[in-house]
Formats: sequence, C-alpha cells, structure tokens
Amino acid sequence: MTRTSISRLLACALVAGGSTLLLPETGHAADAPRVRIENFSFEPQTLTVKAGTTVVFENDDDIPHLVVADDKSFRSKALDTGDTYAFTFSKPGDFAYFCGLHPHMRGKIAVSP
Amino acid sequence: MTQHHDDGEGISRRHALECMIWAGTGVLWTVSGGVPVSLNLLGAAEAAEAQASGFTFLQISDSHIGFDKAANPHAIDTLKEAIGKVKALPAKPAFMIHTGDITHLSKAAQFDNADQIIGGTGLDVHYVPGEHDVIDEGNGRAYIERYGKNAKGAGWYSFDQNGVHFVGLVNVVNLRAGGLGNLGAEQLAWLADDLRAVSASTPIVVFAHIPLWTVYADWGWGTEDSTQALALLKRFGSVTVLNGHIHQIMQKVEGNITFHTARSTAFPQPAPGTAPAPGPMTVPAGQLRSLLGITDVAVRNGGQELAIIDSRLSDA
Repeated sequence: MTRTSISRLLACALVAGGSTLLLPETGHAADAPRVRIENFSFEPQTLTVKAGTTVVFENDDDIPHLVVADDKSFRSKALDTGDTYAFTFSKPGDFAYFCGLHPHMRGKIAVSP
Repeated sequence: MTQHHDDGEGISRRHALECMIWAGTGVLWTVSGGVPVSLNLLGAAEAAEAQASGFTFLQISDSHIGFDKAANPHAIDTLKEAIGKVKALPAKPAFMIHTGDITHLSKAAQFDNADQIIGGTGLDVHYVPGEHDVIDEGNGRAYIERYGKNAKGAGWYSFDQNGVHFVGLVNVVNLRAGGLGNLGAEQLAWLADDLRAVSASTPIVVFAHIPLWTVYADWGWGTEDSTQALALLKRFGSVTVLNGHIHQIMQKVEGNITFHTARSTAFPQPAPGTAPAPGPMTVPAGQLRSLLGITDVAVRNGGQELAIIDSRLSDA
C-alpha cells in the first residue's frame, strides 16, 4: 500500500509540474505492491489493490515457496530465495492463495473495482 | 523427558522411547509385534549380530542437493560424508531408502549430483519424493522419469525383501490450501489393494516424506488423510513408518505402529514451536554435523523385530 501511495503521489507531482514523464501506476516491478514471503508467511496476509494492479510476490526465505491461487487462476514457478513472481489482477474480487509447497501458508489479494 | 508414564505394556516403554529420542546417537531399540521390548546402546558387535541373524537397510533423507544458504553452504559435502558413513558401516545394508527432498529445487544437475554421490554405495536405492523434488516445470515429471519407472501414480510402489513388505508412499503432490501432506484417494485405493494379499503376520515398513502422523499441524508437519492409510495397517502385527521432512528425530508408538523420522544430511530444522517458522536452522559451525545423520534399520531373523539406529555425522 505504501509503495502504491508513494508512486501515485510521485505521478501526481510530476503531472502537476508539467512533466511529460508519467510514471505508470503499476507495471514496473520495482513500484508494484509487494507481498513478501518471510518466515513461512505472506506479508501482508491480505493485500488490497485496484483492478489492473500487478502484484509482486518476493521470497525472502531460505527455502523455496510457490504461490498458487485457491481457484487455480494463477500459479508461480518455485521461487528460490530472492526470486519474484508478478501477477496482474484484472478482475475485482477476493483471491485467496496458498504456498503449493507448504499449504498451511495462506494469503489473500482483495481486488477493488 | 520428565514425564514417565508406565502404561503397563512393558518396562517403562515411554521412558525407553524418551531416552532414545534424547540420547540421539548410537541407540538401538527393538520392536516385537509392534511393542518395543528392550533398549540397548548399539555397538559394532551388536550391529554385526543383527546382520548375522537378519538384514539391515539404511535410510537417508532430506539431502537437499543445491542448498547453499547459511544453515549449510555445503549440503553436497555433508551428503558425501553421510555416504562415507554408509560405506563404513560394519554391517553392509541390503539396500537404501531415501525419504525425499533429494534435491532442493528439482533441477537436473541437482538430481545428477545426488545420484552420483548416493550411487557411490553400490546399493539399490528406493526413493520417494519430497516436495522439493516435484517443483520442476512439469510438476514432478523430472522425478518420475528418473525414479518412477516401476511406480504408480506420482511415484508410489511396494516391494518385498526377506519376508518384509515395504511400501513407498507419496504425500507431497496435489496439496490443498490450508492442508497438510496428502496421499489422495487414488493412492489410498492402491494401498488397500496392495495390502490385501499380505498376511497379518508379515512385518510392514511404510516410508514417505512428510510424517504420516501429525507432529505439528501449525507447521504443516503431518498428512491430512494418513488416518485412512493407518486404518489399513491396523490388522498387521508389526508396522514401522519411516519419514523425513522435519530434519530431526521424532518417534511415537501407537498400538502396532511405530513411527520414526530421520535426520537430514543437509541442515537442521527447529523443534516444533521453538522458532517463528520451520525453516533451516543456523547453528554454530562446530555443531552442524551433530544435527545431521543417517538411520540404520535392522530386521531380525523371522522379521518381527526391527531395530532403528540413528547416527550423527559427528558427535561433536
């Protein structure tokens, strides 16, 4: 959320300043909202984004993890330490997901219209 | 360790089990008809005696070839050391089982390295996959192509050796959100069919990666449909269940069934609930090898008595 807000502010500031450099709200992995995987948990456990947002999942554990939607609508490859997986949530709704290797690890992306 | 419940089924059965857990090394226990009846420190002479009157097999687990993080930057070297211990055993095992997580990331080079090192024993090896062995692009195809030629489904099978019926199960595929390890209906049906022709007096050894009893659900250390598998094993006089996954020794006796998990050859994991998460545990370098090891299982003549002997890579 924080990163999203900052990038929006930046974009607004640049527009206000008359710059033609418009930062895309999403798309660049560095700016995208992130779910960090640490200590066998997804942080934040629930992330709220607007439809069309690309979310990046980043594994900061010493063990691989694998992000799988409960409804199978998305599935990452195995993410080794430091690996990331990006998925764009185009439709509104709640998307529950879990770790395909450690299924007790659960998280949710809440996508607003 | 402090609570000893003598339930009248034998002399301090639980006390014996607890001591075995905490002593950790060079410990032997025997099972007769599913009930532990004695406990001895194992010496070379006893190992040789076990060999003379029956056979032994060797369990290794969780070699995680490819792991190079702080908990053990050289998982390949500690596997080599473990295999060195196997080669040096006074009683040559009849074969080996590997209870999964052969590799860290299911990469071909990692499987190749593991095969080359483990193959150095010259022993037949019966594998079951861990969750780290089925994360290739094909969701387990690489494992099946390499190890599953005579297996069913995701890699389950059985075989007989000297009157003992061995069953290798797979509980690391098709995992369900919020769940634990999973065997699945197809494998359970196969198991029921496989056991149908086996007499109740035949000792059974079941091996799988994730424990087939719930060690610690909060960390996913259990198998959600294992009770259905265990129900199929109730009629047998002696059942031994060997698992890996948790990188430490845990054991339990429940009726006719003895459960045992092996150490990893790669890195230790914390005891249940003693850390925020079950990931690799970094210990002072001098302690690492005392937390890694192998497991030797002796089957006595006639097959009813099994002795499980865990040994560390080093006692330091």
